[in-house]
Amino acid sequence: MAEFLSLQDAVEGNIGDGDFVAMEGFTHLIPFAAGHEVIRQGRKDLTVSRMTPDLIYDQLIGMGAVDKLVFSWGGNPGVGSLHRMRDAVENEWPRPLAIEEHSHAAMANAYEAGAANLPFAMFRGYIGVDLPKVNPRIGSVTCPYTGEILATVPALRPDVAVIHALRADRAGNVLLEGIVGAQKEAVLAARRSIVTVEEIVDDFGPRSPNAVILPAWTVTAIALVPGGAYPSYAHGYYKRANAFYKAWDAIARDRDTFRAWMRENVLEKGPDDFRQYAARAA
Amino acid sequence: MTEPYTPTEIMTVVAARALRNDDVCFVGIGAPSAACNLARLTHAPGITLIYESGTIDTRPEVLPLSIGDGELCETALTTVSVPEMFRYWLQGGRVTVGFLGGAQIDRFANLNTTVVGAYDNPKVRLPGGGGAPEIAVHCGEIFITMAMSRRGFVAKLPFVTSLGHGTGKGSREALGVCTKGPTRLITDLCVLEPDQETSEMSVVSLHPGVTRDQLRENCGWDLRFVAVPEETPPPTEEELAVLRELHDRTRRAHGGEDA
Repeated sequence: MAEFLSLQDAVEGNIGDGDFVAMEGFTHLIPFAAGHEVIRQGRKDLTVSRMTPDLIYDQLIGMGAVDKLVFSWGGNPGVGSLHRMRDAVENEWPRPLAIEEHSHAAMANAYEAGAANLPFAMFRGYIGVDLPKVNPRIGSVTCPYTGEILATVPALRPDVAVIHALRADRAGNVLLEGIVGAQKEAVLAARRSIVTVEEIVDDFGPRSPNAVILPAWTVTAIALVPGGAYPSYAHGYYKRANAFYKAWDAIARDRDTFRAWMRENVLEKGPDDFRQYAARAA
Repeated sequence: MTEPYTPTEIMTVVAARALRNDDVCFVGIGAPSAACNLARLTHAPGITLIYESGTIDTRPEVLPLSIGDGELCETALTTVSVPEMFRYWLQGGRVTVGFLGGAQIDRFANLNTTVVGAYDNPKVRLPGGGGAPEIAVHCGEIFITMAMSRRGFVAKLPFVTSLGHGTGKGSREALGVCTKGPTRLITDLCVLEPDQETSEMSVVSLHPGVTRDQLRENCGWDLRFVAVPEETPPPTEEELAVLRELHDRTRRAHGGEDA
């Protein structure tokens, strides 16, 4: 049953060194505040999965928290490279980074297989391409009915899923709206979950009966962190900070500039500092 | 440059013209996104644009920076989860055109966006495939838009991220793929289409003022031309005006916050 905790306690109690962590959110609702807390607490040797590593994993990788990355598109959307990820892959800085690379379809299916308690995902994909030659975890299966050969990937079963959602109610149920990515699947595939939210409300109020809701009994910890998705965004609360995504290119390009930025904006800050981004849009 | 438009502008305009009003189009970010929205704002107001973030029939006022900007969801007919997008809509065969860009391309329009150099010891680590490997086989046909250069148009790809025409005519069929693959490649200098006999991408039209030598200088293989290549009709005043207004709105929207 979901427990309301501070973000510090939620991370301390649920993420350990060496854990397999999925911080999901497809462009929207990326849990940056939680990622920063993991960095502040000095977690290391993590295996992390995300379809799009985005700035959040660029930061974790650049700070040396990650041992292995499972991903499907590692760029800064519309801007260019993730320079910290590239530096780790190309130059092993600040430490070697193992990668397990997939396509989006494969990862989306792998989260869904995890949520469905299946050992692997099956889909029609990876046809005529080189990724199966360099990723031994991509396999195939023959359809028993038609004989068609289909691609397989192992289900993703993280120790911990970390997501940012719009609202929780006092009972600990969680509401997501807008671009919902693969967060529901990631939470249901994981052993534990941490959810940061913009607001805690008495009642969700009028909503579609088909709204994406994670019942309290599927969530481990909830932390109130308004603005916690910045520079990603929260539908109906604040917009994606596209200007920051562009600015990140210069910050992350240089190792010293990156470290100075992380010291000033992450190591010396806390979850409450995200509040300003939520307030700005209000 | 004496033309009243830039090479990127004519590339975007010509790419937009390739789209039809009744297309259901899976949109890649960057140049494809500009072309698809230009088509929607000019000759194809009924086009259904789909972004991999799950937004279906989206009509953004400004170009998104990412494939998941809030603008896409707010203006969409509906938004589905990412697993649903890839399973029901893309793999389900509901998309008529996939619009891709790439870092490198070969003569059969296979694309590389993964790595330059050895995979395990890369010279340049590129972002990777994202949705492209499955977009390339599940959409009815594929349009590709990218600027021409020797670095991008290479004789041999170091890595095949998404399938074009493989090693030539019949490659896709041999792999059990029934869709057409790349039917049009729109560059800043010319337009290419697959040869009917070999499936090699061949120049069907040169943009105004562009010479064959200029194309050869910017291509890493021995470029083929159809018997009588045409001259690409230049952008109209309306096409340019709509494109520039779209870019102006986009710049104001993306620059207006924090930086």
